Amino acid sequence: MSEDSQILFGLYVPPHPQPLLSPDANAGYANLRAAFETCRKRIEASDADLIIVYSTTWPSVVGHQIQALKESIWTHVDDDFHYLGSMPYNFQIDSDFSHEYCSAAEKRGLHARTVEYEGFPIDTGSVVALSLLNPDNRIPACIVSSNMYANRSETIVLGKAANDALVTQGKKAVVVVVSSLSNRMFTEHIDPSEDRIHSSKDNEWNEKILEFFADGRLEDLSQLSREIHGQIRVQKVVAYKPAWWLAASMGQHNNYEGEVLAYEALHGSGGAVIQLTPSSGSFGDKEFDEDDVEYYQGDRNVLNKGSH
Amino acid sequence: MSKGEIVLGCLAPHPPHLVYAENPPQNEAFSEGGWETLRWGYAKLARKLKTIDYDAIVIFTPHWQTYIGTHFLGLPEFKSKSVDPVFPNLFRYNYDLKVDVELAEAMHEETAKAGIITKMMKNPDFRVDYGTITSCHLLNPSWDKPIVTISSNRNSHYYSNEVMIEQAKALGEACMRAIEKSGKKVVLVSSHSLSHRHFVTEAPLPEDMSREHIYNHSQYVWDMKIIDMFRNGQMKEVVDIMPEYTEQTIAETEAGGLIWMMAAMGVPSYPAEIYGYQSVIGTGNCIACWDPNTETRELVL
Repeated sequence: MSEDSQILFGLYVPPHPQPLLSPDANAGYANLRAAFETCRKRIEASDADLIIVYSTTWPSVVGHQIQALKESIWTHVDDDFHYLGSMPYNFQIDSDFSHEYCSAAEKRGLHARTVEYEGFPIDTGSVVALSLLNPDNRIPACIVSSNMYANRSETIVLGKAANDALVTQGKKAVVVVVSSLSNRMFTEHIDPSEDRIHSSKDNEWNEKILEFFADGRLEDLSQLSREIHGQIRVQKVVAYKPAWWLAASMGQHNNYEGEVLAYEALHGSGGAVIQLTPSSGSFGDKEFDEDDVEYYQGDRNVLNKGSH
Repeated sequence: MSKGEIVLGCLAPHPPHLVYAENPPQNEAFSEGGWETLRWGYAKLARKLKTIDYDAIVIFTPHWQTYIGTHFLGLPEFKSKSVDPVFPNLFRYNYDLKVDVELAEAMHEETAKAGIITKMMKNPDFRVDYGTITSCHLLNPSWDKPIVTISSNRNSHYYSNEVMIEQAKALGEACMRAIEKSGKKVVLVSSHSLSHRHFVTEAPLPEDMSREHIYNHSQYVWDMKIIDMFRNGQMKEVVDIMPEYTEQTIAETEAGGLIWMMAAMGVPSYPAEIYGYQSVIGTGNCIACWDPNTETRELVL
């Protein structure tokens, strides 16, 4: 663990339900499921106090939402993959930490709020991740949304606020980013046994990103986020944000032991299970060309400025 | 069996704020009101619906987002609680609704024949989206008609607004053929806002109307342009301008609902009835309907 981070290790996992609901439909899905299992055991062997999930499949509009209901119980069904089955869940949430995280985000200029409502629709990615990584609620969790309008500075600050809250409460965490690599799925139903990455281009970009992860170059990936978004992300939101949040929460450097436990196709998208563990070594050759951000200043009101 | 028909097409935005403001018994949250221009407009349109003979409401919703084809609700009943993931403080609605599965299956089959990827949704645990619930509640608070919900296939994200339009047109025409074969009288609902840029902060009292306004003037001007075309029966021109309008205003038309409805109705050249326009957390919302019956069509606003 680095000096200024309370995070034991970080995980990057895919949001799709196949590893949870149909792991035997394809050898790749089974491989992802096995990688989730490995991560589950590593979390159990760690002395983490909680799991923090940043999910790209929980979009928010009004600032940043943080799940805070102590016991979140429901049965979730995915919008596209409803025919694979239902996902009943019962998640224990570290409500005290969620409130602290919200407070830390506000101190850094973000608009944030906790959500504590029975029946709140926890997203597919969070349900899959927590069901497979923490099936017995051995430790509590915290889930944070991905604001659909947020860009780099806001997301960097949100990541730093997670670590602020850990420091304040003296807790150690495993952080989990739920996101695909390339996220273009096939737009028709396929035989799962014939699943593959949607295109060679997507696969080549994924392989390059995985090289960075394997080398522990998380901050370099953070710096490449805009390029990644342009190349292999369907333009559903303004930016590819998971690397920003993960890097900011874990300390903004390249000093990690990286391990790619699995990389497989999930209905055409790129699904990987990756672990990043802070280490003393350093790797990286990029000059960082974007300012670091400590405090979110809000909108610049560009539309209301200038001569009329 | 007589030929089925579309008896009305409604543009029915679904900000959950409007249900919140009404304080119906199904919703857990409590408000002091707000957004009356839209709520009163909805009430007037709901009264018109009560005077029309119809069998089912078919609604196209942007909040059931599918990337693998177009999906249809395929079970006769759904009963659960819908909690809005974005505004859970406002909308926690206990619903109990009926689906016209026969009509949904017919639309599914006709759509598949047209070469569109489709799927029936038959998982009983599936939670119906809040767009469907909000629009249907406001149009028909008694919930005494069965519905068919159609998911929005996100072609704008995967391809372009132009592809979205082509697919939505084909879907609308296929649904129309299914309706005609069914012999049923159907109300279509396109559930969405116009301009769709939200404020990312919320007032301490969400219904504080002193804080409510359109996100920026550009959105307002575009919305007025589109509404003016609605009034003048220029729906072909609206379809033509849709890619630019959607891009410029981040409009919720990106889901394809309005194009779907217009295509199903043969792209009306008669004036729409306008029931109201107001912003909700910065987005532009218009309630309108297209009445093919010249005897009941009226100038509302």
